Amino acid sequence: MFYFLAGLTVLGALAAMSLRNPVHCALSLVVTFAGLAGIYLGMGAQFLGLAQVVVYIGAVAILLVFVLLLTRSAGGPEKSEGPPSWRMGVLVGILVAGVVGYGVTTAMRFSPREVAPEPVPVAQIGRVLMTEYALPLQVIGVVLTVAMIGAAVLAMPEKRGLKSGGQPGPRAGQPGGASQGGATS
Amino acid sequence: MAPTIDQLFVNLLHWVVGFLPELARPWASLVISLGSILGVFALLFGLTTVCERKAIARMQNRLGPNRVGPFGFLQFIADGIKSLTKEDVVPRTADRLVHFLAPLALLVPVVLTYLVLPIGRNMVVLDLDCGLLFFFAAGASTELAVFMAGWASRNKYSLLGAMRAIAQMVSYELPFILSTIGVVMVAGTLSTVGIVEAQAAGEGEMLARWNVFTPWGLVAFVLFVIASFAEANRSPFDLPEGESEIVAGYFIEYSGFKFALFFMAEYLGMFSSSGMAVTLFLGGWTAPVSFLNWIPSWLWFFGKLLTLMALFIWVRGTTPRLRMDQLMDFAWKFMLPMALVILPVVVIWHRLGGGWLGWLVCAPPLAVAWVLLSKALVGRRRIGPRTYRYAEG
Repeated sequence: MFYFLAGLTVLGALAAMSLRNPVHCALSLVVTFAGLAGIYLGMGAQFLGLAQVVVYIGAVAILLVFVLLLTRSAGGPEKSEGPPSWRMGVLVGILVAGVVGYGVTTAMRFSPREVAPEPVPVAQIGRVLMTEYALPLQVIGVVLTVAMIGAAVLAMPEKRGLKSGGQPGPRAGQPGGASQGGATS
Repeated sequence: MAPTIDQLFVNLLHWVVGFLPELARPWASLVISLGSILGVFALLFGLTTVCERKAIARMQNRLGPNRVGPFGFLQFIADGIKSLTKEDVVPRTADRLVHFLAPLALLVPVVLTYLVLPIGRNMVVLDLDCGLLFFFAAGASTELAVFMAGWASRNKYSLLGAMRAIAQMVSYELPFILSTIGVVMVAGTLSTVGIVEAQAAGEGEMLARWNVFTPWGLVAFVLFVIASFAEANRSPFDLPEGESEIVAGYFIEYSGFKFALFFMAEYLGMFSSSGMAVTLFLGGWTAPVSFLNWIPSWLWFFGKLLTLMALFIWVRGTTPRLRMDQLMDFAWKFMLPMALVILPVVVIWHRLGGGWLGWLVCAPPLAVAWVLLSKALVGRRRIGPRTYRYAEG
């Protein structure tokens, strides 16, 4: 079961990188998310697995798709803009591989038998989140709220131009509107 | 006698599974129970479509289907055969793979939601520790299938329909989930079975403790049902398929059996969200008053479910479609704040321990919030007969 899910995850990730059509890439990324969720569920982490589905497939994938459709025509395969800076890519790849490899090799060594999957009840997760990790939870909440307010400010229509000149100000979404809105407010 | 009938299907399942070898039993039990639940719901789906068409026809002064079988009640079989034998047309420019996968990607999560729906005492396929989360996770994955269908058809109307559907489902998912949090707080569990058991009448009590009998539960139930209308893309929230504007929305380019799959997924989704409303607010399979406990639990569940479906049909026949901006305003300016107001009220209710004191303290703030939010939503617009600028009436 694990190998099937792992294979699905890796295949999805590979497809997400190599397919030409951006919407296909997004959809294969969803396969990766689903595979990861399956692996979590297989390890007995029910809450994590289901949260992965809700957040990544239900929200992040939709966001990706929206961004794709709103920013460029998702009509068909497009030519990539300019030569890809492969040197930078290789550098970043090596760095990431190094960090992940370091993390994996220095992590505590469990043999697969030792970590027998034992489902953790959701109530216990909730209790720990609300007592021991209450502060990090609050901090994350504040960070997300700040990000949301920032996005709302960027997306707000410019009111000032309307009052002085009588003409509608630039709206976010049109070029220039977003940056000006951020600068003046 | 009553317990025998109540546990009839459970005992039947145990009896059938008992013939199988030890190793295959859990899987066989899973497969048989899911299969029989799907069979029952598929039959119910067929009958309900006929009932819906007849009810709507009645509301619109028509006759409705009346040719096939007695009073036209076998119409669904004819429809099924028709959709099976129709040609499957795929547009030449369509993205074939995604176009093919979309109906499946829509149907599978909907079917999965039935795993956690308790349809009777001891009658649930999987009693997951976080069953409610499972339900929402499966519901969240249907949005992407809608997008796949709309995008892969390579048709601007279907893409428009898909965008509308996604915007609507994402917006209404928040009140959909938030309105259930109160129930989870009171029951202290995410398991659907646990939630139902928390609503059963206590020893010697006449009235069951259904969540809908509390002020916050009533409001949350209304919000949940409205949000499930929107999640199911039903009228008055059927903009994604608004026939008069964008032909049929995201499934324009689907014909034959694939179209039937869409239709079925939508209907089964409606069944499962009504079932969840029954589980969360209407006490699942429990009886409202203790002297009615002799009626089998599964009859209670299906009775409540069909009542809710009748509400769905009634609303579809009688309300006009919303406009896109009204839809968004309603979700973000009314449903979401109302769902948030419920949360502190639940805490106060729980601390007071309910009763008439609870009603006295909890009902007024909810009513005030409801009225104020509705006023804010309607704004200063005068509601009255429509005036025309250019055409004189």
